[in-house]
Amino acid sequence: MSKSRDRKARGEALDAAAGNGLLDRRALLGRGMALAGAIGAGIGPSAAGAEPPAQPLTDDPWSLEFGDRTLPYQVRSKFEAKVVRTLSNPKNELRNSHARTPHHLLEGTTTPNALHFTINHGGIPDIDPDKHRLVIHGLVKQPLEFTLETLSRYPMISRVAFVECGGNSAPMFSPEPLQETVQALHGLASCAEWTGVKLSTLLEETGIDPRAKWFIAEGADSPHLSRSVPMKKALDDAMIVLYQNGERLMPGNGYPMRLLLPGYEGNMNVKFLRRIKLVEQPALSMYEARTYSPILPNGKAYRFYFLQEVKSFITYPSHGHTLKGPGLYEISGIAYSGTGPIEKVMVSADGGQSWAQAALQEPVLSKAFTRFRLPWRWNGGPATLLSRAWDQSGNVQPTRAEFVVARGELTKPPPVLGFLNQHYNSITSWGVGSNGEVKHVYA
Amino acid sequence: MFTPKRAIFAASLWLAMMAGASWAETPNLGKPIDEAAIAPWDISILPDGTGLPKGSGTPAQGAPIFAEKCAACHGDNGKGGEAAALVSDRELAGISAAQKTIRNFWPYSTTIFDFIRRAMPAQMPHSLTDDEVYALTAYILAENKLIGANDTMDAQSLPKVKMPNRDNFIIRFPDRI
Repeated sequence: MSKSRDRKARGEALDAAAGNGLLDRRALLGRGMALAGAIGAGIGPSAAGAEPPAQPLTDDPWSLEFGDRTLPYQVRSKFEAKVVRTLSNPKNELRNSHARTPHHLLEGTTTPNALHFTINHGGIPDIDPDKHRLVIHGLVKQPLEFTLETLSRYPMISRVAFVECGGNSAPMFSPEPLQETVQALHGLASCAEWTGVKLSTLLEETGIDPRAKWFIAEGADSPHLSRSVPMKKALDDAMIVLYQNGERLMPGNGYPMRLLLPGYEGNMNVKFLRRIKLVEQPALSMYEARTYSPILPNGKAYRFYFLQEVKSFITYPSHGHTLKGPGLYEISGIAYSGTGPIEKVMVSADGGQSWAQAALQEPVLSKAFTRFRLPWRWNGGPATLLSRAWDQSGNVQPTRAEFVVARGELTKPPPVLGFLNQHYNSITSWGVGSNGEVKHVYA
Repeated sequence: MFTPKRAIFAASLWLAMMAGASWAETPNLGKPIDEAAIAPWDISILPDGTGLPKGSGTPAQGAPIFAEKCAACHGDNGKGGEAAALVSDRELAGISAAQKTIRNFWPYSTTIFDFIRRAMPAQMPHSLTDDEVYALTAYILAENKLIGANDTMDAQSLPKVKMPNRDNFIIRFPDRI
């Protein structure tokens, strides 16, 4: 008796981690005793009283007949048909097309290939892989041409990395919170395992003229999209990617080969890659000279932002979800940093007054999505949920107030599909109402 | 037999393996190709004018090409339509990218030539001659009052066009360059 009472007391002390119901991150992870204590204390899944009692079990039709045929390339259940990307240009008009990842409907850290975000500026080219060529030239000792077949014989590496558009989260520059899902706000970021050849391996073969300080990467798409990248990145972790989550790249993600610059602005990760030219100075192509040079409050603009800085957002619960009564929930979200691995994520349920440290799902990989989770006992009252990430280089996700001081905000709410500024990484807040509805708020 | 010579060899082999982050040997399957063979693909242009092709054009030559091939999307005289305005006297105000124009934001005139040549017209990129691209670039610059109505744009004159916003940029992370 007394032992059990001790355990219960200890469990309760461990469970409360921060205000408004946040529980200790260890409460649900391999600590059955603590959880048992917690349920004993009345915080388990609730509303049991409102539900009718369980009925005797029966067999449904699918258990009484021979099932469907097996497909060569399987497709998901028809019941999952609502889990799709949202499109900015479904009729493929002569402008760019965005497809956003539905983070609020996914879990884990790997974005399924069919749901990986894409932005294409001139449609998706229908590239015959046998005819595709990659040339590396300019300030090299010997210009070389590679085919997909020859590249496939080079030493390969696989790495998990997020890719994020420099304009992801741009609706957050709005002076008031747009009532949109995490897909609309942050859907231009995804994470996959990429396999290919390190660019440095190919540069060993071409040789590098020491005058080369940049390389220009160019695609085989109709706008021949091109970006300038410092040679530092080429010799660090740049890759020519051939595979995405184990299969060949999706057409929208750059089939048959793309540049991957882990942690750097999505647009620089040139898709349909066909040419790399080593040069002394950057080209100042339109995307670097204009589009991805964000205007600052003082009228100047940043150039060569490159880095996708440390960021996190809660995916459950988030706008569009409705909580069904008080009780125990697990807050879940994504954190990542272009600088390296995530160090920690703190979560608040009271608008930032108190914070609890979330559990990070292993493995925590550099420049990759990290899933964080934290148990939360919702008492049915108003709650404001925030997450804030730190990376292992010591960078911290700014509060919205800090961010607005440094980077400014728009004077009026923008269209949600607009990209009226870039490189937004501050905190996202979700307000939970007494009715269980989740709204986007600025805390 | 263990000899000092063999020990040195073993040690150097071990060191080579430890340094194995860089592959000492690659399959050498890259096919040599000379710059002349790459030239049809090499459309890179640098802000100092490196890479600009031969040819030239004037605003007067550009106007009818613009009306025929560009105005449907970019509006009459480049004032804007389905696609962005290319001619505007709007000033930058606030942080909205919607305020950016060629005149108030683009730092280098070479970027105009480069983008037209690589990406425009959207439904038929790479269909313009270099003279036509120079002429369109001249037309857009002149309509924006960045060059005179009778100025000729070519590989020498285009990089010399001073764009008003050129010195208004801050390198975000200099240590990454």
